[in-house]
Amino acid sequence: MSLAAEILIAALLVFGGAFTLVGSWGLARLPSLMTRLHGPTKATTLGVGACLIASMIYFPVSGHSWSAHELLITIFLLLTAPISANMIAKAHLHRQGHGIDANPTDDIVSGLPAPPDGGDWATFQGGANGPRLPPSARGD
Amino acid sequence: MTGSILSWSLAFALACVSLAILLSLFRLVRGPTSADRILAVDTLTINVIALIMLFGVAEATTTYFESALLLAMVAFVATVAYCKFLLRGDIVE
Repeated sequence: MSLAAEILIAALLVFGGAFTLVGSWGLARLPSLMTRLHGPTKATTLGVGACLIASMIYFPVSGHSWSAHELLITIFLLLTAPISANMIAKAHLHRQGHGIDANPTDDIVSGLPAPPDGGDWATFQGGANGPRLPPSARGD
Repeated sequence: MTGSILSWSLAFALACVSLAILLSLFRLVRGPTSADRILAVDTLTINVIALIMLFGVAEATTTYFESALLLAMVAFVATVAYCKFLLRGDIVE
């Protein structure tokens, strides 16, 4: 293995490890869920991506055959991280808006502005715990 | 000279990822809301994927790639299912 490839892999590994640690540190230290979402969705995904790219460079350079597995995992993580963050934020909004969780955070209960047409936010409508949608919105 | 840079950076990255797993475990235990715990589990699995890949580099084997890929898929489906359950009280509508 050449020295240049080794330095590149080492730099990517250090970068990835540091970013993973910073993301999880943010998860542990930040004050509320909406701020905590930032750490894992940005820093941790970037850190894992750097680790995977380091692994993708390491195996062909050290004599193994090249494979697309790491690239698959990186693309999959980059695609799914925003979706899962959006789902978590929606679930959080829903529960705080209904007062289901015991300790309100992020000022959501009093802070969400009312939609202009007199309805409710879409995430608060329907479902097992929420009010039923009007028949026109249900489509039956 | 060659080999020592790689082993030191690998040890550093493994230590960082292990500490990150401990921090997300702290958030998983601490809570306080259920959305926090879902986020902690999501972060935990992403960190475990990084740990598996680093372990594969340390052992110089490509056996563990499939497990990392499976873990990424299962973690995403689990996060979406938990959130759907919190949102609707039902997973498959």
